[in-house]
Amino acid sequence: MRRSKYTRPAWLGEQAEGGQGTADSPRLTTSAMIASLAGPDQRTKPAPFGHALAALAETRPEIVGLTADLAKYTDLHVFAKAHPERFYQMGMAEQLLISAAAGMAREGFMPFATTYAVFAARRAYDFICMAIAEENLNVKIVCALPGLTTGYGPSHQATEDIAIFRGMPNIAIIDPCDAHEIEQAVPAMAAHDGPVYMRLLRGNVPLVLDEYGYTFEFGKAKTLRDGNDVLIVSSGLMTMRALEAAEALANDNVDVAVLHVPTIKPLDEATILKETSRTGRMVVVAENHTIVGGLGEAVAGLLMRSGVFPTAFRQIALPDEFLDAGALPTLHDRYGLSVAAMTRSIKGWL
Amino acid sequence: MTTSHAAPRAPQPSLSNVSLADRAYRIRRNALRMGEVQGQGYIAQALGIADVLAVSYFHAMRYRPEDPEWEERDRFLLSIGHYAIALYAALIEAGIIPEDELESYGTDDSRLPMSGMAAYTPGMEITGGSLGHGLGLAVGFSLGLKRKQSKSFVYCLFSDGELGEGSIWEGAWSASHWKLDNLIGLVDVNNQQADGPASQVTGFEPLAERFASFGWHVQRVDGNDIDALVAAFDEARNLAEQKPRIIICDTKMAKGVPFLEERERNHFLRVEPNEWRKAIELLDAGRTS
Repeated sequence: MRRSKYTRPAWLGEQAEGGQGTADSPRLTTSAMIASLAGPDQRTKPAPFGHALAALAETRPEIVGLTADLAKYTDLHVFAKAHPERFYQMGMAEQLLISAAAGMAREGFMPFATTYAVFAARRAYDFICMAIAEENLNVKIVCALPGLTTGYGPSHQATEDIAIFRGMPNIAIIDPCDAHEIEQAVPAMAAHDGPVYMRLLRGNVPLVLDEYGYTFEFGKAKTLRDGNDVLIVSSGLMTMRALEAAEALANDNVDVAVLHVPTIKPLDEATILKETSRTGRMVVVAENHTIVGGLGEAVAGLLMRSGVFPTAFRQIALPDEFLDAGALPTLHDRYGLSVAAMTRSIKGWL
Repeated sequence: MTTSHAAPRAPQPSLSNVSLADRAYRIRRNALRMGEVQGQGYIAQALGIADVLAVSYFHAMRYRPEDPEWEERDRFLLSIGHYAIALYAALIEAGIIPEDELESYGTDDSRLPMSGMAAYTPGMEITGGSLGHGLGLAVGFSLGLKRKQSKSFVYCLFSDGELGEGSIWEGAWSASHWKLDNLIGLVDVNNQQADGPASQVTGFEPLAERFASFGWHVQRVDGNDIDALVAAFDEARNLAEQKPRIIICDTKMAKGVPFLEERERNHFLRVEPNEWRKAIELLDAGRTS
């Protein structure tokens, strides 16, 4: 759907087409919400990727860090400060960023290349595909602003990055949930011999999974919470939302299990099939990604191929649209990713 | 990061320019024999670039035919994957690919696919073909070699038509920023691309000025003049300045086979079965003239 630039916001009142607006409730601004996903009362850790990479590099001299003018915005500045001689600022040139990372990998180094997910997925696709994936090179591509994590509008919203990279042979895809998982994913992706794409939460990143005794394992899905009525299969930040939604639904006597799937490719088919085969549970796949070609369709395809038919199958995902610009909490609610919206959706489906 | 490549290299094995001409002739002959297997292909480019490849592999570069991954080798990156037939012809002549594999060119399960693929072929450093990849990769190879304090050079061959890809200019910009004096670009200027003369599709001149403005040391030579190429490669390798070097090579499409040189549209040559023998005969005749 395309917005009209000739329609004034209804809440401005004058000349508005749609009533008086809601001037009594404060309007969120886009800029206040760019830096962090964390809610006001959420525990956070600063720049978990940058700190984890800097620490890992102490014992892995082959690690180098490259960025395309986004070190500060992908938390790579922490690594750059700790290991300045191993940091390569490639400038605003994503095709070069990826090509140079591939060349350094060919010379025996392990490049971590960072940019925004939109620029890697859209702009550098051919270079990732031919120079890195086809050669199965040991390059780690770490990208901030995955899915809907900025209100800057479609230029910065990588709503289709998983769909794009799922179609690319050889490359692994990781969609971590929180700071705890990012810290563990960095050494795990370094231990994996081959290209990896990681969706990065940056800045002050929420800390959730440490309370669940959780450990990231490459390629493994993990049950964080059991329940008899609904199974939420989720990745990335949607897992923390799923955990909160499960708490909210418990108050309504809905018993919700949460299966966290941080590795989208290769998919942990065995664990997903084991959990989805349990009878009597509605399966809800929740992801911070368009409904086209992400975790939801990956799970659906797996279930169909395997002859597993749950009581019901539903998806919480972004619509197949270019999304609005605006404040992130507003947009998450509008597109169904907020805890409140998730809870409403699941109750409606029961 | 500041390892200088200014120091003169160890002298190469003594090869007279006559023998380089002989190498170029045999590279052309290998290419024609492979072309005959398919009946068509980027033959004109292979014939045109043969002298550059001869000087690269038999004058300038260090490598061990029996060990294509030898750490101290100079890297040769073929950005224009379409020119694979030309590089195979040189790799066969250099002894990196056995000559009997020539007949497998472009056939099922061959190590010599029609477009250059790193995973398939000894001596093929990168996968080209999707154009505009080579120079960015060369920046990465060069940075990596400098990190290792290696004295190896990175040669990157790309073409005039390929200059339309913006990624080439990202690489050109970056190479001078990083003072990559171990990077030697080679541009094949044959003024022919898929839709016609490169100068008409999207004119690429003034090429020397463009690379100079990006901070490169620029030379422009007749890419079919072996003496000129030898001098240009020597200058590029021994230059004291810490900047990337480029040798713009003006070549003639189908050089050495007159009836193919004269074909107006020779970007992707289709040669009749009976013409291959004639082409090789003309090449042989030209060798002694």
